[in-house]
Amino acid sequence: METARIYLDHAATTPLDPDALQAMLPFLHGGFGNPSSIYQRGREARRALDEARDTVAAAIGARSPREIIFTSGGAEADNLALKGAAWALRDRGRHIVTSAIEHHAVLRAARFLEKHGFEVTYVPPDEEGIVQVDAVAGALRDDTILISVMHANNELGTVQPVREIAALAREREILFHTDAVQTVGQIPVSVEEIGCDMLSLSAHKFYGPKGVGALYVRRGVHLEPLIHGGGQEQERRAGTENVAGIVGMARALENSCRTMQARAARVKELRDRLEKGLLERVPGARRNGHPHLRLPGHLNIAFEGVDGESLLLNLDMRGIEASTGSACASGSIEPSHVLLAMGQSREEALSAIRFSLGASNTLDEVDRVLDVVPPLVERLRRR
Amino acid sequence: MARGTKGRVMVAMSGGVDSSVAAALLLEEGYACIGVTMQLWPEDLPREHESGCCSISAVEDARRVANKLGIPYYVLNFADIFVEEVIDRFADEYLRGRTPNPCIVCNEKVKFGAFLEKALELECDYVATGHYAIVERDEASGRYLLKRGRDRQKDQSYTLYGLTQEQLSRTLFPLGPYLKEETRRIARELGLITAAKPDSQEICFVPEGDYRAFMERYRPESKRPGPIVDLQGNVLGQHQGIAFYTVGQRKGLGIPHPTPLYVVAIDEVNNALVVGPREAVEGWSLLADPVNFIAVPQLDGARRVTCKIRYRVQDAPATIEPAPEGGVITRFDEPQAAITPGQSVVWYDGDVVVGGGIIQKDLKLDGISFPAPGAAAGQPLLSR
Repeated sequence: METARIYLDHAATTPLDPDALQAMLPFLHGGFGNPSSIYQRGREARRALDEARDTVAAAIGARSPREIIFTSGGAEADNLALKGAAWALRDRGRHIVTSAIEHHAVLRAARFLEKHGFEVTYVPPDEEGIVQVDAVAGALRDDTILISVMHANNELGTVQPVREIAALAREREILFHTDAVQTVGQIPVSVEEIGCDMLSLSAHKFYGPKGVGALYVRRGVHLEPLIHGGGQEQERRAGTENVAGIVGMARALENSCRTMQARAARVKELRDRLEKGLLERVPGARRNGHPHLRLPGHLNIAFEGVDGESLLLNLDMRGIEASTGSACASGSIEPSHVLLAMGQSREEALSAIRFSLGASNTLDEVDRVLDVVPPLVERLRRR
Repeated sequence: MARGTKGRVMVAMSGGVDSSVAAALLLEEGYACIGVTMQLWPEDLPREHESGCCSISAVEDARRVANKLGIPYYVLNFADIFVEEVIDRFADEYLRGRTPNPCIVCNEKVKFGAFLEKALELECDYVATGHYAIVERDEASGRYLLKRGRDRQKDQSYTLYGLTQEQLSRTLFPLGPYLKEETRRIARELGLITAAKPDSQEICFVPEGDYRAFMERYRPESKRPGPIVDLQGNVLGQHQGIAFYTVGQRKGLGIPHPTPLYVVAIDEVNNALVVGPREAVEGWSLLADPVNFIAVPQLDGARRVTCKIRYRVQDAPATIEPAPEGGVITRFDEPQAAITPGQSVVWYDGDVVVGGGIIQKDLKLDGISFPAPGAAAGQPLLSR
C-alpha cells in the first residue's frame, strides 16, 4: 500500500502557502504589466510591488522600504552583499571575515573575491556549531571591510550571536552582513535589533515561491550592483521585477510572521519528540549542534557507523524525505563542511542526516519515522 | 513483462549511451531499476576535465535518461574509495615503473565492490552496468561464468576477470548480447539524449589519454630523471622519470641509434630504463600474481588456453600452470611482444573467461639483477 510521503526537509524548501499562490495569480493572468511602464497597467504592477516592499520591510523591522532590494533568491542576495560591498569598499581595505559554516552562496562568493585581490578569514565554529564572538573579534584587522556571519546555520539550525557580532562591527566601523535565509519567517528577525547593515532572505524557505528573495541594505550603505541594466531597485539590481513572485513572497512572509509563534511551538514539540525518540531508540545516535540555540524545526543527527547517504536513500524508498543539507554540484553527498569545521572526522560527518520540520508535519508522521529509522539503522550497521 | 517482477537492480549510469540502454533493457525485461551515477572525482581535487565521466554534464545526461525512463535516480559519492583504490594505486604503480590498468581495479573494488555493497544496502538484488560481456550460470558446475560480449570490437570481459563468484552472482550485463550499433539504435528509438554520445575515453580520470601529463600534475615527484642503459649496462642517455615509460615503448626515448630501440625493462632499484632491440622485448612466458579464477575454483594442473596480455589485442594460444612459488605461469606458443608488469593477463577457453592475473614479470628476466648503470659493461644480460 502506498502511504503519503513524509516531508522533513523544510530547510531545503517549503510548500507554497495557498494564500500566497492566490495573491500571485492575478499577476500571472491579466495583471502582467511592467512596473516601469507609465500607463495604468504598469502603475498597477508598480503599486503591488510597492506594497510588497512595504510588507517585507515591516516584517524585518527595516526603517524604510527603500532598504529592500528584491533579488532572485538567497544566493543572489548573498552574492550582492559580499561582492557588492567588497567592490564598493575596495579602496578602504581588502580583508573580509566570515565563518567556516556559511552557506555556499557566501563561501563561494568569498572564494571568488579571494581570486580577485581580497583576503578572507574563515572563522571556525565551536564544537556545537556556534561561531564565537571572540573568534570573530580576533580575526579582525585594520583593513577589514566586511563581516558576514549567518543568522542561523542551514545544516544544524544553530543560531549565531549576530547581535554581538554586529555590535563589534559597528564599533570598528566595519560593515556587517548576515544571511538570514533560515530564520526569516521562522523566528523573529529585526534588522534594528540585530544591528546589521545587510541581511539576506529567501521566499521559498517561508512558504513563498522559488526564485525570489531580498537583500536588506541599511540606508547609507553603498553597494556596487552585480547586474547592470535598467534603473530598477534604485539602480542596484537591474531587470524587470518578478512581480508575481515578489507579491507571493510578501504575502507568505506576512502569513509566516503572523502564525510564527504558534507554528514554532508546534514544530519544536514535534522536533523534540523526534529527537528524543531517535536518541533513545537508536544506540550510537548523537545530535549535532547546540541543544537550545537552535531553530525549532532543525534536527541534525549522526548515526555512528552508518553511511548517511544509504540511510537517506532507504528513507526515500520508504517515503520519508530528508537530506544532509550539503550536496556537491552533481547532487552527491559530500562530508558536510559545517561538521568538518566543527572538528568532526570525515566518517563522522558522513554519518549525519538532517530532518527539518515545518508547518504541515504531524505527530503521526513523526511516529512513523520513529518506527522506520531504528530498524533501518540496525540493518545498515549489520551489513 | 510487468515492471519489477524479476527483482530490483541498481544500474550504474555514467551518462553515456551504453548504461542508458542497459537501464532501458532491464526495465523491459521486468526488473525494477534504480539509476545511480557514481561521483568518483573528489570535490576538493582540481577537476581534470569538464566533459567526461563524473562531470556535471554527464550527471545531467544520466538524470535526464533516468527521468525519461521513469526510474528513481541518485548521484552517490564513491570518491574516497576511488582515490584510494584506483587513482592512488594507478599513480603508485607508474612510480614503480609498472603499467597499471585502473579499469580492472575499479571494476573489482568500486563498480562491483563498493557500488554492489551500496546496492545491497538499498535492498537491491543486482547491480547492472553497460559493459559488453555476458554472465551465465553453468548448471553443471554451479559456477557463474563470465563470457565475451557478442560485439567482439567492444568486448570488455578482459577488464572484468577480477570478479568473484559472489560479485558475478549479483551482476547483470544487459548489453552482452548486443552490438554497439544496436545499442545506439535502441537509444535513438527510445529518444534518449545519450544516443549519439561518443564512446568514452579509455581511462576516465586521465584527460585525452595523456597519462604522463596526469602523472606530472598528480605526482610531481614522478619527474625524476635517470639513466637509459642498454642490455650491457652502457649508459645511452637520460630519461625523465621511469613513471613516464612503459615496456615495449619505442617513441620518445630521445636516443640517436642506428637501429630502433625499445624499452625492455624498467629498473626501479636503479631508477633506470633498460633498452634493447625489438627481439629483446619479446617473451615466451610470464608470471602472474595475484590471480583470480572464474570458470574453475582453482588451477590444478596445466591447461590449454588462449590469452590476452593487454586489452584489445588478439588472443594468443598458451598453456598455463600453477607456479611453484605462487601465482600462475603462462607459456605462449609464439613469443609475445612487450610483456608488461602491472598489466593483466586474461585466460580464455573459447568465449569463457577462465581467469586472469596481474603480470609480475617476463620470465626471461627472472633472476636477473640489473647492474648499476655504467658499472663495467660485461656479459649481455639477455641472451637466448
